[in-house]
Amino acid sequence: MKNELLRDPTAETAPLRRARRAPPATLAGITVGLLDIGKTRSDEFLDRVEMRLGERGLVTRRYKKPTNAKTAPLELLQKIAAEAAVVVIGLSD
Amino acid sequence: MSASALIVFAKRECQTCTMLESLFGALARSNDAPARFYVQDDPEFLGALGAVYDADLEQSFRAGIETVPTLIRYEDGCEVARTDGWDRAEWRRITGIAELGAGLPVFRPGCGSKSVEPGVAEHLRARFGDTGLLARPVEIGEWDDPVEACFERGWSDGLPVTPPTDARILRMLAGTRRQPDEIVGKVPPNLAECTVEKAAINAVMAGCKPEYLPVVLAALEAALKPIFTMHGLLCTTCFSGPVIVVNGPIAKRIGMNWGINALGQGNRANATIGRALQLIIRNVGGGRPGELDRATLGGPGKYTFCFAEDETDPAWTPLAVARGIARGKSAVTLFQGDGIQGFVDQRSRTPEELTRSLAMSLVAVAHPKLAQFTNAMLVLSPEHYAIFRAAGWNRARIESELHRALTRPGKDLVHGAQGVGEGIAPARAGEMVPKFWPDGLLIVRAGGAAGLFSAILAGWTGGRFRDESQPVTTEIRE
Repeated sequence: MKNELLRDPTAETAPLRRARRAPPATLAGITVGLLDIGKTRSDEFLDRVEMRLGERGLVTRRYKKPTNAKTAPLELLQKIAAEAAVVVIGLSD
Repeated sequence: MSASALIVFAKRECQTCTMLESLFGALARSNDAPARFYVQDDPEFLGALGAVYDADLEQSFRAGIETVPTLIRYEDGCEVARTDGWDRAEWRRITGIAELGAGLPVFRPGCGSKSVEPGVAEHLRARFGDTGLLARPVEIGEWDDPVEACFERGWSDGLPVTPPTDARILRMLAGTRRQPDEIVGKVPPNLAECTVEKAAINAVMAGCKPEYLPVVLAALEAALKPIFTMHGLLCTTCFSGPVIVVNGPIAKRIGMNWGINALGQGNRANATIGRALQLIIRNVGGGRPGELDRATLGGPGKYTFCFAEDETDPAWTPLAVARGIARGKSAVTLFQGDGIQGFVDQRSRTPEELTRSLAMSLVAVAHPKLAQFTNAMLVLSPEHYAIFRAAGWNRARIESELHRALTRPGKDLVHGAQGVGEGIAPARAGEMVPKFWPDGLLIVRAGGAAGLFSAILAGWTGGRFRDESQPVTTEIRE
């Protein structure tokens, strides 16, 4: 018998594991981004988060993906990275 | 003086070769250019002449033999002349023997070389030639079962796959004129580039025949168009997956089913084309259940969901034509769909009755109180279609009458109406609200001749973002 040769049906890529960024010690003085990914009732969840953070005197800024069905456009990701230090993503239905 | 040699390829099964048996003896004894013989099928044939048995057909492959007998003349190791079959003048010219075959007919055709028999050529190319394949080779151990090896590597959707050997991949690639290294697009969720070769490998694994490959490639192209939203369709918690409808002459040519059990099992093309697309998403795109495929329940259509439209009635406008493809062209339409909701109506006899009846079932898509929230596909069976046809209703008429029957007062559909929280926005209470957008109801004809049953395929909820997600129709390039 002879060894059989198959061909790899995958993209032949390997994931690159990156270390998480350390969370900030405090939210005071930085901008908290609130990203609505477009799922139903995401906005209700983020309204509540925004209200709670506002009560603590924290600065928030709202963002929205055009649809939950696609990855966020590059421009939006760059805008968030430029304007916010941390982001809360509303994943809920 | 140059060194001359003659090489002859022959097989016993070929009557022209056996007719030349005594002539071969004369060639073997020639002083000018002694002949050497390769036989393809019987080690005893021409054994007295010291013929080499080309059991694995390597010599036939390397010499590019297509017909036996083939006579080749070499000078100083280089081929200078070749003929195949028996052409007395040619054999005399190449051998330099004026009286060669004096008692034989002037001409006899040869037979096909064993090295070019169907299925053999690709094996020989895989074994002895340059395959040109770029995908990483994966060696399976001598005692390993290749099917199990594919399971272990995570290459399967849960059913056995056909192991993608070089010979099978080369055969598959012969199904298209497109180059193996052509990039078809980036496959979500990993947005990994997919070449024609990678698509062919997955088509082999799915069980496709080479002639299905153009359909697989067109389906992949359609799936990768941003407006199809394959990323979301894969990642969704919903039931949906790509439903492929094939239109045009290719459907008949490759033996697709649009008749009895068209949405079910049993037809190789239907079964494997849809599966190939799903395997590409899994293997190339990295879309695996429990990872980025987050379906709460999923559905059996995510193994494969592909069928052809019944285009046997010239009065009917096929789906692809209705969506802008020229008549006579082949095309795929990809629809983001769930499983089948059966529609049973064995009593309606007029088109008006049947329209009202269909509307009663179609409003249930997603939720009876939701509107312009998902698309839907209606697979109209022959017996239901016959009611419309007898009344002279064509596709446009059926669509417009259904849309009219599916338009309801907004006050009955708003949140909380009829004692149900789900529904449309309260601001639309004063409107008449259509269930689907004008292009959101896709009607396809399919099914066996008997049965007043049609099928409704609910669309994916991602369809509510109409500008972001829509079905896609793509012409098939062959």
